[in-house]
Amino acid sequence: MTLLSVQDLHVTFGTADGAVRAVQGVSFDVAAGETVAIVGESGSGKSVTANSLLRLNFGADVRIDGRILLDGRDVLAMSEDEVRSVRGRDVAMIFQDPLTALNPFYTVGYQIAEAFAIHHPGTSKKELREIALDSLQKVGIPEPTKRIDQYPHEFSGGMRQRIVIAIALVNSPKLLIADEPTTALDVTVQAQILELIAQMQAEHGSAVILITHDLGVVAEITERVMVMYAGRVVESASVADAFSTPTHPYTRGLLKSVKSLDTERHERLESIPGIPPSLINLPSGCPFHPRCGFAETLAGRCEREVPELRLVGASRSACHLPEDRLLGLLGGLS
Amino acid sequence: MIYFVLRRSIFAVVLLLIVSAFTFWIFSALPSDPAALTCGKNCRPEVIEANRERLGYDKPLVEQYGAYMKGIFTGRTYGEEGSSIHCPAPSLGYSYDRHECVTSLIASTLPVTASIALGAFVLWMGIGVGLGTLAALKRGKWQDRVATAFSVIGVSLPTFFLGLIFIMVFVIWTGLLPFPRYTGITDNPVEWFMALLLPWFVLAIISAATYVRMTRNGILEVMNEEFVRLGIAKGLPRRRLIVRYVLRAALVPIVTIAGLDFAFLLGGALVTESIFNLPGLGKLTLAAVVNSDLPILVATTMVAAVFIVVANTVVDILYGYLDPRVRVK
Repeated sequence: MTLLSVQDLHVTFGTADGAVRAVQGVSFDVAAGETVAIVGESGSGKSVTANSLLRLNFGADVRIDGRILLDGRDVLAMSEDEVRSVRGRDVAMIFQDPLTALNPFYTVGYQIAEAFAIHHPGTSKKELREIALDSLQKVGIPEPTKRIDQYPHEFSGGMRQRIVIAIALVNSPKLLIADEPTTALDVTVQAQILELIAQMQAEHGSAVILITHDLGVVAEITERVMVMYAGRVVESASVADAFSTPTHPYTRGLLKSVKSLDTERHERLESIPGIPPSLINLPSGCPFHPRCGFAETLAGRCEREVPELRLVGASRSACHLPEDRLLGLLGGLS
Repeated sequence: MIYFVLRRSIFAVVLLLIVSAFTFWIFSALPSDPAALTCGKNCRPEVIEANRERLGYDKPLVEQYGAYMKGIFTGRTYGEEGSSIHCPAPSLGYSYDRHECVTSLIASTLPVTASIALGAFVLWMGIGVGLGTLAALKRGKWQDRVATAFSVIGVSLPTFFLGLIFIMVFVIWTGLLPFPRYTGITDNPVEWFMALLLPWFVLAIISAATYVRMTRNGILEVMNEEFVRLGIAKGLPRRRLIVRYVLRAALVPIVTIAGLDFAFLLGGALVTESIFNLPGLGKLTLAAVVNSDLPILVATTMVAAVFIVVANTVVDILYGYLDPRVRVK
């Protein structure tokens, strides 16, 4: 059953230097209980896409077009009050940096209880405390009865991220958006947090959208992956397909630039040449063509036409290369 | 926490001792001879010498300081029996120009200055924080521009100029208010209020200007904080978000500065008191400067220092309550 359906999403920020086209025509669906990863470099539009789902894009001059259907209701057409009732209750978020995501002036217990109380007015103080205690316990905070009255600065980064997760899950949301939840954490803590998210998801039955630039994280807990580049989805595939047979040169580049256990000891890692394009001044045609090793083989088509997503094998890819070449990408620059 | 308060208090006392010694030394180093100032121009040398001895100016400086400090706790008697003058504890010296104990001069002027400072403080915090918040929430709209204009004008206006304009407009041209004449709050609260209204507003407008900008910038900065975004993502109603998340964080540094500004004002509003003819500490100080009345200058300087040091200590302790991150357990 489709929980979330994003259709032709465009997000543009007006700045003094010109319009920044952060997201251009992104469409995707998320089924109830499903885990989807959105992968891309900084500035690829993945966080902007995630924030749009709750209308959390701020700034003087933001334009959001398209449709974001949550259980059939268009988030973009909702009144401010309606969006607010969705935030935290139907859709919850986990932010990147747990060190700054918690309000330093209130105890963690208060902040968890508050998240519940907003959407359940009339809950007694005693019940709220029980709920907060229960949440702390579930996310694995030791000694919750003592820790509940402590302030965020008394916790480590990993513990704080657990509290952020507790806040996000206290209302059992249908959709959890995790925006780089492990980027700011120590490597040893990263795995614990991912495991916790997976475990909580299983318990609450929430769907998860995981935003990351870390392919290891993707492999760990998600089923489906969307690769974004310069505000567009360039590939959408199951995780297994994306890793074994990437169908877009950019995805291939991402995979090649990661070291894995299969990498030979003296093998050099490949990198993607160049830098991501400016979102104010996008290249013509395919936004990836200036950095793409295959663009020359198509006689200028990549500079003229923006490729649409199409079915390639079991995946969907936005590339002009013929299907047989896309399926053999990992083989090298043939 | 008790340990923290205790440590801060001891530190404050030490600081005050240093300040008092320094003040005492500075004023004694002035070229004017205090004994010569005790009587008029055509004074006989014998009288000067007699007064020097009577007021203790013939003793070495350290001894003078010792007697002064002792006087604060035990009171002080100048001269021998018969023609002696007694200033009860806490004695801050004897004004040879006004022929009065300095402590009683301060006791009579301090309530005036306190009245001015308190009212001005309430007004400027209200105007400053209120306008600053409005400007931040309506960023870029006309409210923001009005608040910015107010703060630019407020910062650039000198106190005496604004004070004179106020007197001209409200007292002389329109006659809305009587010419300020200070009455004690216990004698006649209404007259007290009427006399202080203009000085309150003058001081408030000038001080509030800075607070408008501080509040506005503080709020805008906090609004970019990640925890405010999480608050929004939680579904917090706007009002609650502004009060509990934004203002709570933005006001902490402002409270700190406000405490010090208030203490500074308690030390005497020299210009404002003079313009509105209010018999406060500031006016006392100014008169003492004109008449080279050193005992008064030493005392008012020390009173001002006490306020600053006490305010500093209070703000430090208060900070721990306001921000759990610096709270001492």
